[in-house]
Amino acid sequence: MQFGGLTAVSELALQVMPGEIIGLIGPNGAGKTTVFNMITGVYTPTRGKIYYKGQDITGMKPDRITSLGIARTFQNIRLFESMSVLENVMISKHVRLKACLAEAVLGLPRYTRSRQAQKEECIELLKKVELEDVINEPAVSLPYGKQRRLEIVRALATSPELLLLDEPAAGMNPNESIELMQFINRIRDEFDITVLMIEHHMEVIMGICERIYVLDYGMTLAQGNPEQIQNNEKVIEAYLGVVDLDA
Amino acid sequence: MDDRLKTKFILNVVLLLAVALLIYWGQDNLNNFQIRILNLAGIFAILGVSLNLVLGFTGMFSLGHAGFMCIGAYTTAILTMSPRSKEIIYFMEPINPVLANIQWPVLPAIILGGIMAAVFGFLIGFPALRLRDDYLAIATLGFSEIIRIVVTNTITITNGALGLKNIPSIKSLWVYWLATILTILIIKRILNSSWGYAFKAIRDNEIAAEAMGINIFKHKLLSFTIGAFFAGLAGALMAHLITSVDPTMFRFLFTFQILLIVVMGGMGSISGSVVAALIVTIGMEVLRIVEQPMNLFGVLSIPGLPGMRMVIFSILLLLVILFYRQGLMGTREFNWDWLINKLSTFKLRKRGEAA
Repeated sequence: MQFGGLTAVSELALQVMPGEIIGLIGPNGAGKTTVFNMITGVYTPTRGKIYYKGQDITGMKPDRITSLGIARTFQNIRLFESMSVLENVMISKHVRLKACLAEAVLGLPRYTRSRQAQKEECIELLKKVELEDVINEPAVSLPYGKQRRLEIVRALATSPELLLLDEPAAGMNPNESIELMQFINRIRDEFDITVLMIEHHMEVIMGICERIYVLDYGMTLAQGNPEQIQNNEKVIEAYLGVVDLDA
Repeated sequence: MDDRLKTKFILNVVLLLAVALLIYWGQDNLNNFQIRILNLAGIFAILGVSLNLVLGFTGMFSLGHAGFMCIGAYTTAILTMSPRSKEIIYFMEPINPVLANIQWPVLPAIILGGIMAAVFGFLIGFPALRLRDDYLAIATLGFSEIIRIVVTNTITITNGALGLKNIPSIKSLWVYWLATILTILIIKRILNSSWGYAFKAIRDNEIAAEAMGINIFKHKLLSFTIGAFFAGLAGALMAHLITSVDPTMFRFLFTFQILLIVVMGGMGSISGSVVAALIVTIGMEVLRIVEQPMNLFGVLSIPGLPGMRMVIFSILLLLVILFYRQGLMGTREFNWDWLINKLSTFKLRKRGEAA
């Protein structure tokens, strides 16, 4: 991926297997979010291909990619500010509505039934993640941690098979981070999804990821399980800088 | 909860009946001039509400409303004028023979006016909606002017700059306000549907909306086309109210008048647009006094200045922008909940006092 003369990401071979929780780490500006933006169609890679379940999805529009089963959250929370918690989640169901606009305006049963079913589904989903007590609150009035969780739920509501989380633990204290780890583990099992996450909290990454990719200057620096990554010299170098022993 | 829905339903019916009663009363007791102003207010309410759908709810800064009105107005005018008056009016160049002998009833002509505007809205939206914010505003403004200029120059169809006269006149309050109420109801239902929320999602955060699977372009185009349809409808109604149309009526200043209504009423509030439409239209007539020669206590005498009311409206808009940026209603809507809550706390308090 190039922006003008700047190469943001190159030589990345990322492979995700069903059911895995994969971590994507790297110093600031390494190109992690760019990778997400390429996968979800926000950017079209200048070179290279992205395959999802054997299908070439390079350059597809974001909404198309979502409908194929890839959902994401954002680094800086992007909730729909004018809407309640439930309405935020229901937006994800809009494309699956089995009726047309005219039916909605006339209030025909096919629309009302479909919409009602979606509403129940969303309430069910919110119950599963313990947000049912704030269903009708404005989304922006929630505390930070719950907003993060709502973003994940909203992504889950699109019925994804692959969930991309962009720094879900950003700004969280250790307690909240542990809670989040358990939460991610739980939704992986409960919804039978694959998770690819960017994170800076090492305890979170090391705690739940089965495999980790390390990105630096847009290139894969290392990959492997948490233990291998922790002992990898190149990774330590990238994060801590080179220690010149002679000095 | 169910009880509350029932109460709301009854209140809605009561409100509609009250409006119907008012119209019934007005039809008999107001003079022609007053009825005309109220009808114009209805048309502006349609315009305000439809621009609000595009601007306030979908977040597209479109300034093409005058152009769509123009299409609606000309469509209904050409279709409903009698063949005889067409022969008289098109004296520069004879009318296109295909159109010469058409005379439709008014209702289908008005609806076709809306549909034609929607078709143009769709065609214009295709290239223009790839733009955003100010760029979209400039593009739609340009398209609206193009429509006007094309209308000025297709003389065999539109009679060019001379305009059209003798369009069948409709005077009844019922027609205009029925159209207004229907428009409000339809747009309200659209906004409360899944599509309405999709529009609002696009306005709130386009990137997130797209990531949730919403096809941005399709929804923007849908909202834009619906807005154009109702603008066309309003234009058609206006043609029958004024009974004559000419291209200068639909200059872009007209769009700003609609924009004034939307901003004053609150971007994202249907009820706000309706209230503002009434205020602006009626105010526009009431304020005609300031254009007359004035003599302030013998100290200062001002000769009659045409355009003085626009100054007052400009100041009003300035004040709204400076001190009340949300407009009259902000994004709130007129809502029975407020009234019901007030009443129930009142009831509770009474009961408390009794006990």
